[in-house]
Amino acid sequence: MARKVVITGLGATTPIGGDVPTLWANALKGVSGAHTLPDEWVETYNLPVKFAAKASTPASEVLSRVEMKRMDPSTQFAVVAAREAWKDSGIEEIDHDRLAVAFATGIGGVWTLLDAWDTLKEKGPRRVLPMTVPMLMPNGPAAAVSLDLGARAGAHTPVSACASGTEAMHIGLELIRSGKADVVVCGGAEAAIHPMPMASFAAMQALSKRNDEPERASRPYDIDRDGFVMGEGAGALVLEAEEHAIARGATIYAELAGTSVTADAYHITAPDPQGLGATRALKAAMFDGRIQPEDVVHVNAHATSTPVGDKPEYTALRAALGSHLDNVCVSATKSQMGHLLGASGAVESVLSVLAVYHRKAPVTINLENQDPEIPLDVVTGTPRELPEGSIVVLNNSFGFGGHNAVVAIRSV
Amino acid sequence: MASNEEILAGLAEIVNEETGLATEAVEMDKSFTEDLDIDSISMMTIVVNAEEKFDVKIPDEEVKNLKTVADAVNFIAGAQA
Repeated sequence: MARKVVITGLGATTPIGGDVPTLWANALKGVSGAHTLPDEWVETYNLPVKFAAKASTPASEVLSRVEMKRMDPSTQFAVVAAREAWKDSGIEEIDHDRLAVAFATGIGGVWTLLDAWDTLKEKGPRRVLPMTVPMLMPNGPAAAVSLDLGARAGAHTPVSACASGTEAMHIGLELIRSGKADVVVCGGAEAAIHPMPMASFAAMQALSKRNDEPERASRPYDIDRDGFVMGEGAGALVLEAEEHAIARGATIYAELAGTSVTADAYHITAPDPQGLGATRALKAAMFDGRIQPEDVVHVNAHATSTPVGDKPEYTALRAALGSHLDNVCVSATKSQMGHLLGASGAVESVLSVLAVYHRKAPVTINLENQDPEIPLDVVTGTPRELPEGSIVVLNNSFGFGGHNAVVAIRSV
Repeated sequence: MASNEEILAGLAEIVNEETGLATEAVEMDKSFTEDLDIDSISMMTIVVNAEEKFDVKIPDEEVKNLKTVADAVNFIAGAQA
């Protein structure tokens, strides 16, 4: 019998809340974190998309000046979220050789990389900061969290685009089940609201261009959805072997019952229209957690609000859950905070854990005319109460490259 | 041309900016590594910022000789002369 893994700490910094209590309150209320960007570079480069969902609390309000200087913005968010999760777990004494980190990013230190490139061109090699490489490397967030918490059982960095944060949960579960660690701080961080990625995502027609109404731009499942909204931030979760958590009398939010990762091998960016890879991921996570379709009450969907992306996820959910899908309520929380790319799976896992713990599903905003081809029971208006008894919530994440990752959270 | 006192004050500001150490902690007899706990990466950043601030060149091979704050102040003063 594999070790049971539970979740004992949560942390987040997002466009709709700089900590978990604020995030949860706003996710239930239904607010938009998307706003017109005040930055000069929007006009300097005449970007076609002029809005995004920035973190509501700048990292500089939490970290010291020297910490800020030595970390890329993505790592700053990671450390903020991981510290909150660690504090929330209440762990005071631990064998640090049994503590691991699995912290993801989709893009990594893009600000550091391009700032250093500008410095090199404008001022020459002598002025390129010696810290540039350790700041831009994709394992920067995992390494900084490991350093901050003294985690010595390995610091892992799954990089699978927008599935990265969810894949980190998968790695965390495996580390504990296999006995390589007793506690793993998992998460994802992203800070890519920078003119270059904004231009690139816009060039591929992935971003919403609703410049006159940023708050209404992220509208998963709506017939008028026209792309995703760039978000930023981080989510963090403390995974713990159940016996370890019980021995120290921890508050247990939920069980991480099952996880899975699959690949489409279909197209570098387009989702498989039949959702076959996503279906396999859903079925594999349920198999991993010994979950029947009837156990599932709620899904935090990937649902980015792109015209092509939202429907294959429905097809996959239908294939995996069958007729029971009609009894499952679905939330598309990217409608509120935009798409946090490599952090999205972590933040949405935090919301999924809270949904199980509080038995409430957060709301989806901006759904005015539901796409008739996606007949899901979407939670809008007010949060949905989830049933008593043993329940399971699924969180899906899919990424460019054909990455599919699913986590299944069960009540305890 | 800056006096040694001015160089010390300017250097202390650079150290503070890079490491967060209080400017008063940056005294002439302090060792960068032993007393101020400054690692080699921070030291290089401090050196480059000092080059810009005092308009001097500090060759890479010279940096290993700058063991104390006084070493750095004297080198900068000499380079400015």
